[in-house]
Amino acid sequence: MDLSAINPVLLVASLMVAATPLLLAAIGELVVEKAGVLNLGVEGMMIVGAISGFAISVETGSPWLGFIAAAIGGAVLSLLFVLLTQVALANQVASGLALTLFGLGFSALLGQSYVGIKPPSMGDIHIPLISDIPVIGPILFQHDPILYVGIALTAAVWATLKYTRVGLILRAVGENHDAAHALGYKVIKIRIMAILFGGACAGLGGAYISLIRVPQWTEGMTAGVGWIALALVVFASWKPWRALLGAYLFGGITVLQLNLQAAGVAIPVEYLAMSPYIITILVLVILSADKSSAPASLGRTFHASH
Amino acid sequence: MIVLEKRPQPSKAWSYATPLVAVLATMIFGGILFAILGKNPIQAIGTIFWEPLFGEFAFYYRPQLLVKGAPLVLIAIGLSLGFRAGIWNIGAEGQYIMGAIFGAGAGLAFYPLDAWYVFPIMVIAGAFGGWIWAMIPAFLKVRFGTNEILVSLMLVYVAEQFLASVSLGLLKNPEGHGFPGSRNLQSYESAHNAELIAGSGMHLGVVAAFVAVIFAYVLLNRHMLGFHIRLTGEAPRAAKFAGVNPARLILFCLGLAGALAGLAGMFEVSGPAGVVSIDFNVGYGFTAIIVAFLGRLHPLGILLAGGLMALTYIGGEIAQSQLGLPAAAIQVFQGMLLFFLLAFDLLTNYRIRAARSEVA
Repeated sequence: MDLSAINPVLLVASLMVAATPLLLAAIGELVVEKAGVLNLGVEGMMIVGAISGFAISVETGSPWLGFIAAAIGGAVLSLLFVLLTQVALANQVASGLALTLFGLGFSALLGQSYVGIKPPSMGDIHIPLISDIPVIGPILFQHDPILYVGIALTAAVWATLKYTRVGLILRAVGENHDAAHALGYKVIKIRIMAILFGGACAGLGGAYISLIRVPQWTEGMTAGVGWIALALVVFASWKPWRALLGAYLFGGITVLQLNLQAAGVAIPVEYLAMSPYIITILVLVILSADKSSAPASLGRTFHASH
Repeated sequence: MIVLEKRPQPSKAWSYATPLVAVLATMIFGGILFAILGKNPIQAIGTIFWEPLFGEFAFYYRPQLLVKGAPLVLIAIGLSLGFRAGIWNIGAEGQYIMGAIFGAGAGLAFYPLDAWYVFPIMVIAGAFGGWIWAMIPAFLKVRFGTNEILVSLMLVYVAEQFLASVSLGLLKNPEGHGFPGSRNLQSYESAHNAELIAGSGMHLGVVAAFVAVIFAYVLLNRHMLGFHIRLTGEAPRAAKFAGVNPARLILFCLGLAGALAGLAGMFEVSGPAGVVSIDFNVGYGFTAIIVAFLGRLHPLGILLAGGLMALTYIGGEIAQSQLGLPAAAIQVFQGMLLFFLLAFDLLTNYRIRAARSEVA
């Protein structure tokens, strides 16, 4: 065992990279849940985003176009969820599962000819001076642009929910859809927008895995990140900045266990690989005592007839 | 403008018809998908649904229907009880894996002892493995109110890692020349879940699946506990006033689902699969969710749905080898089925009407 091989600066820097897909997906799902919708299809939307982003950036040579395609791909898949839950008024839990099962199959189908290819690289931002500051530079200022997009998105969602009229309406719909309807807000329309936003974010998160974090395409490569993102929303008590904190925590665990694997710690690889999932469960247990912050209409179907 | 009008009571007729309509819609859209993939859609659909039953090699494929259908039905029966009561165990895949590991582990512990009691002990160990794995989300939900959906799902990934660990370590065949995977239980007679009639596909797991269907039917229709399960799902408040103990219900539903999934894993590993290996699990635990819904959470419906889903597995394999249809296409096909099912369920609970001009 050689723990000295673990470079703390690199560890923190790669922690941020590992956390970004989680953060993107969790922020999207947070908005969806704030609108009172529980979309369990995050894993499915992520994996579809991962392959559509990968395929488009390989075909066009542009990672940026890839990320745009990933957002569209995730949103298109979430449109199926919209049709099921908002139009056909189906059960949200079952529909979310359907989305994940379908997404996993669909992405595998799309990705057949992309196995073993290397995608074009996005390159890291390098700002003269501040990127060269020792320790802080490599940790904070030498990353790919999407990582900063994730942080900016967190800030934007936080500000929108807290300070704007749109945010207020969104929260009203999530807290009490009947009251919001009585006030004249279009509950279904607002929820549809939220679900599409969530789908686009999950798509971005998926593409971040296939284009930057790994970067290559393998079937089912999201490996439960979408589900951890769902847990993260609970962990964050539906608060954006806490989602960021949580994402870094989970990113840290993932990176640390990978580093420990590489350093040859006496714990078998499989047990280290289990750790993010087990810690997710532990965190859920610790936080499940407090349910007060969950949107009151979460997971309930809205139909204007009653 | 079209509006939806909530039916005072769910339509019985539509509740029976939706699975059929969903299958039909899946065939149509699946056909379109296959056409996009450059295959003849009629031929592909025909291969999937006709070939295994009535084709030239049907004598080989028909028994396979039982082999593939049994674990699906066994798992789906357990899941359906929980789904009815609003308890969402979606980690059956993990419980299936643990059942297989416990069952095979118990059997291999006796190797090479030849005794009648080896197999019954394996059955108990398999059920226990699945049960204990499902008890984790059940206990956490009862004790701390933790979301069982996320916990049961996280445990699938934990179980997969555990499977990798034991097939490379604890259960690895000592005479396997270093290859991963356990001893083959098929060649250890006391532990082998052999076909009851050679060539029929009928092994004890299939018998267990039929027994589970009957058991679930009796439970739901003739037993107080089954009534409580249905009541909790349909009218949670009424259930509370009727004195239903939610904690007991959660422990029972998750526990039973886990035990049945564990049994499915144990029968699979000691019979058709034979070996505990890294890629032992093939997603039955997830497909069983589709089976449970396709069967309308009704035991007899699940039996039929399990058969149909087994058909798509086998037909899909044939289409793969004969037409070069990608394996993932079948997965998409199965996912589509759940989609259409949920979508058409609208017609069970709502009536579609042309709206008269009025202010909504």
